[in-house]
Amino acid sequence: MRQVDHRNALRDVAAVGPGMGVLGTSFGLLVVGSGLDWWWAPVFSVVVFAGSLEFLLVALAVAGTPLAAIAVTTLLVNGRHAFYGLSFPLDRIRSRAGRVYGVLALTDEAYALYTARPDTSLSGPRIVTGQALMQACWVGGGTVGALAGSGFGLHVPSLEFVFTALFVVLATEATVVGREATGPLLAVACALVAQLVAPGEMLLVAMGLFVAALLVRRRISAAREAAHA
Amino acid sequence: MPDTGYPGTGYLIAVVAVAAAITVALRAAPFAMTATLRSSAPVADLGRHLPAGIMIILVVHLLGDVPLGSALVGLREIVPVVVTVAVHLRRRHALLSMATGTAVYAVALALVPI
Repeated sequence: MRQVDHRNALRDVAAVGPGMGVLGTSFGLLVVGSGLDWWWAPVFSVVVFAGSLEFLLVALAVAGTPLAAIAVTTLLVNGRHAFYGLSFPLDRIRSRAGRVYGVLALTDEAYALYTARPDTSLSGPRIVTGQALMQACWVGGGTVGALAGSGFGLHVPSLEFVFTALFVVLATEATVVGREATGPLLAVACALVAQLVAPGEMLLVAMGLFVAALLVRRRISAAREAAHA
Repeated sequence: MPDTGYPGTGYLIAVVAVAAAITVALRAAPFAMTATLRSSAPVADLGRHLPAGIMIILVVHLLGDVPLGSALVGLREIVPVVVTVAVHLRRRHALLSMATGTAVYAVALALVPI
């Protein structure tokens, strides 16, 4: 029974694990390339375990960004995670420790892999094992990359683009899935305004403007619907 | 701390702690929410439209650091981004899109060095 769970989890993770390992490696290279000690890579990946945010944190930390700005950036960049729990099949996990880990390790990949599959054979141990395997790939890749970067002085400037490419892919994917253009266009407008008005606090200003713009847009469309009714 | 120009260990520990605490709170939040809040319209609306916009703002932020001294330098940064988007729209394979974009960036970097 348990063996079946482990084998299934291994098969689940085969689809995303190698990619997480490769991306983790470039994260490790970025950590040492930014001038931090190699062991910060596993520390970030074990404690924070949020891929795209970790790349951003290293850049923000090296720039000495104030903690308040780090907090708001985390809140907004990882804000999407607050919506994953609405449909993640946590009720399949019986053990208390398993449930806690299931929530702690509720990443983009875990959500994508285990939500939206009406598989009745999806067991708790299978989900938890899958999540642990994904974290192992991510932490392992990061450690290997960081050690290679510090041990062999491996410095590949073009690898820094992996970070940009990751966000470009996430933005493209989310825009396609969102099936509407005004939201993304509002985001571009907010980003450009913030870049012009407050280049030093661009992220905070842009994200604040964008959340406000979405709420106002909702108000307007709700008012319009009420007027039609 | 921030104005020494280099992050100290204490500051880095604080960065990791703050980011981890907020990330955990966000991941746990829906399990603590009441059923009414879970299905409220503004929450659902933000959930649908926030991710794409936040990612777009991050991309603009990353490109904002590009020195716009010469057209060639601008092209070196923009072309790999356009290629990444194009490959992703066509194949929808994240790793392939990122690998292609990074390869193009490596070539661009060789043609127009920093």
